[in-house]
Amino acid sequence: MTATQIPDPTKRYQRTGLRGRNIEMLSWLFMRFSGAVLVILVFGHLFVNLWLGEGVQRIDFAFVSGKWANPFWQLWDLCMLWLGMLHGGNGVRTIINDYARGPRLRLVLKALLYIAVVATVVLGTLVIFTFSPCPAGAEPSLLPSICSE
Amino acid sequence: MASAEAGTLYRGREGMWSWVAHRISGMLIFLFLIVHVMDTALVRVSPEAYNEVIGHYKTIVFGLGEIGLVGAICFHALNGIRVILVDFWAQGARRQRMMFWSVVGLWVLLMIGFVPRQLGHMFGWW
Ligand code: HEM
Repeated sequence: MTATQIPDPTKRYQRTGLRGRNIEMLSWLFMRFSGAVLVILVFGHLFVNLWLGEGVQRIDFAFVSGKWANPFWQLWDLCMLWLGMLHGGNGVRTIINDYARGPRLRLVLKALLYIAVVATVVLGTLVIFTFSPCPAGAEPSLLPSICSE
Repeated sequence: MASAEAGTLYRGREGMWSWVAHRISGMLIFLFLIVHVMDTALVRVSPEAYNEVIGHYKTIVFGLGEIGLVGAICFHALNGIRVILVDFWAQGARRQRMMFWSVVGLWVLLMIGFVPRQLGHMFGWW
């Protein structure tokens, strides 16, 4: 039996050996920063889309085009998309690191995760920027009122 | 070093269970976000395609599912603020249990605000 080792109390506690600025610390910081911003973006989104007016019952193509005809909501949704996917994706990366033991499984799960994150961010960004509120040839009754003005 | 008798922030009680709920809610919201970006992308296909798919969100099953989703988001957001305070506020670690019950209280208030409103939308009360 060896005596219990008591670490030198003046020595800084180190779990990973990483010090100073490193990628895992930046990832930790990003989770907190993005989380704080997402509070505003997500609650604003839920309030406008689900609480105001007739809530979910009034959501249709005309409602979405009405919002995205305004650069303010385009920018809002763009920030929410990027921060949400990067925050959520980075969070799921942590979950994979915690539970997937074998190197093969980790590789497969992370590859799937990164593909899903990139594909969703690219798709969402393209939709926000290439969207036309008044697509040519569409049924006029389905379009927002700004299209007939 | 924290001793086992005094408990730690992470093992058992509010600290651990809030972490479990934070993890499950975060995972759930992430999966929904992917689906939600895809259904919204249908606005690029045609107004008809979008209206058809988004129409499902107006059914009772989806309406109840949305209550669950909003509940998960509200918890994750409030508890996320608690995590940030634990890490950056000098009193954070000491007050974490009190903050957990504040999270629960605020969550109940938010849900009291949302659930009747959502049921009203679903059943056309207003
Ligand atoms: C609404 C505002 C939000 C706040 C304040 C917030 C806050 C946080 C914080 C501080 C963490 C880090 C926890 C830790 O390191 O122990 C975290 C983790 C996480 N968040 Fe969020 N978050 C928010 C929104 C979201 C959204 C929209 C998603 C999904 C797209 C999400 C998914 C996750 C996931 C998957 C984790 C990892 C959980 C874990 O490691 O156990 N969060 N969140």
